[in-house]
Amino acid sequence: MGKVLEMRAITKQFPRVLANDKVDFDLNHGEIHALVGENGSGKSTLMSILYGLYQKDGGEIIVRGQPVQITEPRQAIDLKIGMVFQHFMLIEPLTVAENIVLGSEIRKGPFLDHKRMVSEVERLSEEYGLKIDPNAKVADLSVGLQQRVEILKALYRGADILILDEPTAVLTPQEVEDLFEVLNTLKSKGTSIVFITHKIKEVLAVSDRVSVLRRGKKIGTKSTAETNEQELAEMMVGRVVLLRVEKGPAKPGREVLRLDGVTVKDQFGHVKVNNVSLTVRSGEVLGIAGVEGNGQSELVEAIAGLTKVAGGSIHLSNQDITGWSPLRVRRAGFGLVPEDRHRRGLVLDYSVADNLILGLHGSKPFVHNGLRSEKKIAEHAEELIRDYDIRPPVASQPARALSGGNQQKIVVAREFTQNPDLLICSQPTRGVDVGAIEFIHQQVIAQRDQGAAVLLVSAELDEVLSLSDRVAVMYNGEIVNVMPIEEVTEHKLGFLMLGGRPEEYDANEVSGSADQD
Amino acid sequence: MGDVIAMMFNTAVFAAALRMATPLIFAALGGIFSERSGVVNIALEGMMLTGAFTAMFVTYHTGMPWVGVLGAMLAGGLIGLIHAIFCVRYRANQVVTGTAINIFAGGLTVFLLRFFFGTAGTSPSVTTIPDITLPVLSSIPWIDRILGRQNPLVYLALVAVVVVHIVIYKTPWGLRLRAVGEHPRAADTVGVNVFKMRYISVVISGALAGLGGTYLSIAHLSRFSEGMTAGRGFIALAAVIFGKWTPLGALGACLFFGYADALQMRLQDIGIPTQFMNMLPYVLTMVALAGFIGRAVGPKASGEPYIKG
Ligand SMILES: Nc1ncnc2c1ncn2[C@@H]1O[C@H](COP(=O)(O)OP(=O)(O)OP(=O)(O)O)[C@@H](O)[C@H]1O
Ligand SMILES: [Mg+2]
Repeated sequence: MGKVLEMRAITKQFPRVLANDKVDFDLNHGEIHALVGENGSGKSTLMSILYGLYQKDGGEIIVRGQPVQITEPRQAIDLKIGMVFQHFMLIEPLTVAENIVLGSEIRKGPFLDHKRMVSEVERLSEEYGLKIDPNAKVADLSVGLQQRVEILKALYRGADILILDEPTAVLTPQEVEDLFEVLNTLKSKGTSIVFITHKIKEVLAVSDRVSVLRRGKKIGTKSTAETNEQELAEMMVGRVVLLRVEKGPAKPGREVLRLDGVTVKDQFGHVKVNNVSLTVRSGEVLGIAGVEGNGQSELVEAIAGLTKVAGGSIHLSNQDITGWSPLRVRRAGFGLVPEDRHRRGLVLDYSVADNLILGLHGSKPFVHNGLRSEKKIAEHAEELIRDYDIRPPVASQPARALSGGNQQKIVVAREFTQNPDLLICSQPTRGVDVGAIEFIHQQVIAQRDQGAAVLLVSAELDEVLSLSDRVAVMYNGEIVNVMPIEEVTEHKLGFLMLGGRPEEYDANEVSGSADQD
Repeated sequence: MGDVIAMMFNTAVFAAALRMATPLIFAALGGIFSERSGVVNIALEGMMLTGAFTAMFVTYHTGMPWVGVLGAMLAGGLIGLIHAIFCVRYRANQVVTGTAINIFAGGLTVFLLRFFFGTAGTSPSVTTIPDITLPVLSSIPWIDRILGRQNPLVYLALVAVVVVHIVIYKTPWGLRLRAVGEHPRAADTVGVNVFKMRYISVVISGALAGLGGTYLSIAHLSRFSEGMTAGRGFIALAAVIFGKWTPLGALGACLFFGYADALQMRLQDIGIPTQFMNMLPYVLTMVALAGFIGRAVGPKASGEPYIKG
């Protein structure tokens, strides 16, 4: 055993925020140490300092008993520290093998030794059970596979201290399972792992110890066996957190969204959404569960007017909106929290205030006599920053400088305050901390209770189960089943999400229920 | 009509095409290095012009054209260094810096020409690099009339394409080059020095563009004349894009543009306006950029200064 890493009193001051305030952190040999905390609590910063990307303003780092200075990633690599970043650091047009060896290439004379590069990657992928095609282009890989490449990159460099920054945020449940298996394999081979996550269940499932940060300060370190969900949530947020949403029964009203036989094809003509018919009423939440990539994104884009519809029709509040432009759809009473906030939800280089009026920037109070009304825009920003607890509360900062969770709050704040008739929330709490999840969930229910029709698309079963009034399962571009929440179990959802038919499930249930606990 | 067809397949036109393509090939290879590292280089024109002048100037004083070649590459490299300092160190806008360099090179060469030779327009005539006959190629029928007897710089350009291809795709340095222009931060996190890569690449870019200029003043002609690059730097840049940032692609584009140029000179005789052929490179580039023949997507980080941390 023994400590492989000790960080003592690490301090990091950014222009406006004290991101790390005398943080102590240590890592035992062969352990998985979870690092948790709210959005913006300084987790990524702490680990970026260890990897040499940021320079600390105070404190010391001791690796394997030796005090070290790490000012460049190169030095971290030489100390056998590897990092898998929250936003992947992969070069898309290059192959898997090229990405893995980059910076530490295998040479034959002055040339790349392509054969040995490939065989080395194959050897590593065999040894750690990380299956991958070394010659595939990274751009063609799924997110889960890209993450494998990232892990292999670190292992190739001989890392025995491995940092993973929110590795599960972008993975499907199955991929998360696979990742945990990999982490356990690594651990059994003596790798020490820092695992950053927002999901307490994952902490409990995979870690040996867990440290909590809050607003740049270390709150405590616990042995995972001696803590629980509620305690961790409270340490993270600093108050009691409701892990379950409180909501009354739905009072469905008029039909707001109606899809009739909607079909969407991608640019190659493949059918992505196949003949989907659905309705969502005002005052209810319809959850769409499904493993990502089964057509949910395309369905949402079609409704939002971002993608052409190949067949069928879409009605919003009894108007046929098929083929309308995104702006026109929005004006007809539509709000969207998109799944990819960087691509669709925000302009990262714009200020928080401007991001809070995107899409409204041309309409009333924000435009006066054809010019921007700075006063109104600032007031609006101030109000939303307060109501939605966006941190740090500085309206003039570019959105880029905010942590992931706070960026998400900007989008949610903007879309929810429109009080749209139809609200689509696509993965609304991805990468968001427990406190913010609680808040966003409450807001979704509040919207529902004010009469909005809410369509929730989520890969998180918990989220679908706790928010929805009805649940639809999407598989392979089709809606498999729509059922009232009372008839849904986690087990049944999992079965349907993986392509099972409802009839089969019911048949299995009857015969198999005897041996369930 | 029959005349035109005959002309199109005339070996003399092919040989001329190769000669017209040579300066473009060097400059385009230079453009590839720079763009691949993430620095937009519209200063190719100015670098070529500087190279053309320096080659003439050094040859005039030494009487040795190959020393002139060396001088031109150094001068081009120096302009590259200036471009790099502005773009990499001071994160200046790369297009603006490139434009400034083009204007600066245009003015400087005119000034130096008048200062040293007291002439306006053209320099005195200097020794040129003589054409050579390649023993093997000159014994193959048909090929010999295109490739058998050419200027050494023409052969050098073709060799350079192969060398650059190997450097970019087969060496560790080339791998880093491709990485740095695509996602500099990712390269940084695996210990690649982004700034160093960019400096080196832009200097190489300048040296190659300078070499392209050399061909104009001490091989194709035997003197320097004001503004003699006449937009070839921009055509080379068009070739980079048209060739999708690959050496072989750029070679194809340069040969094509060179061919159009060679043909144009002949077609003039039978009354087809020059302007039409002169438009060709630009029209084709727009077609390429618009994605009619498979989208031309450049290095993603091209044009963006890298900021650490
Ligand atoms: N480059 C930067 N410049 C200025 N401020 C920054 C920078 N990077 C991070 N910050 C600020 O430092 C604080 C800590 O950010 P950090 O990214 O470490 O949080 P985190 O715990 O990783 O959050 P998340 O869970 O959302 O990823 C935040 O307030 C953030 O806005
Ligand atoms: Mg983070």
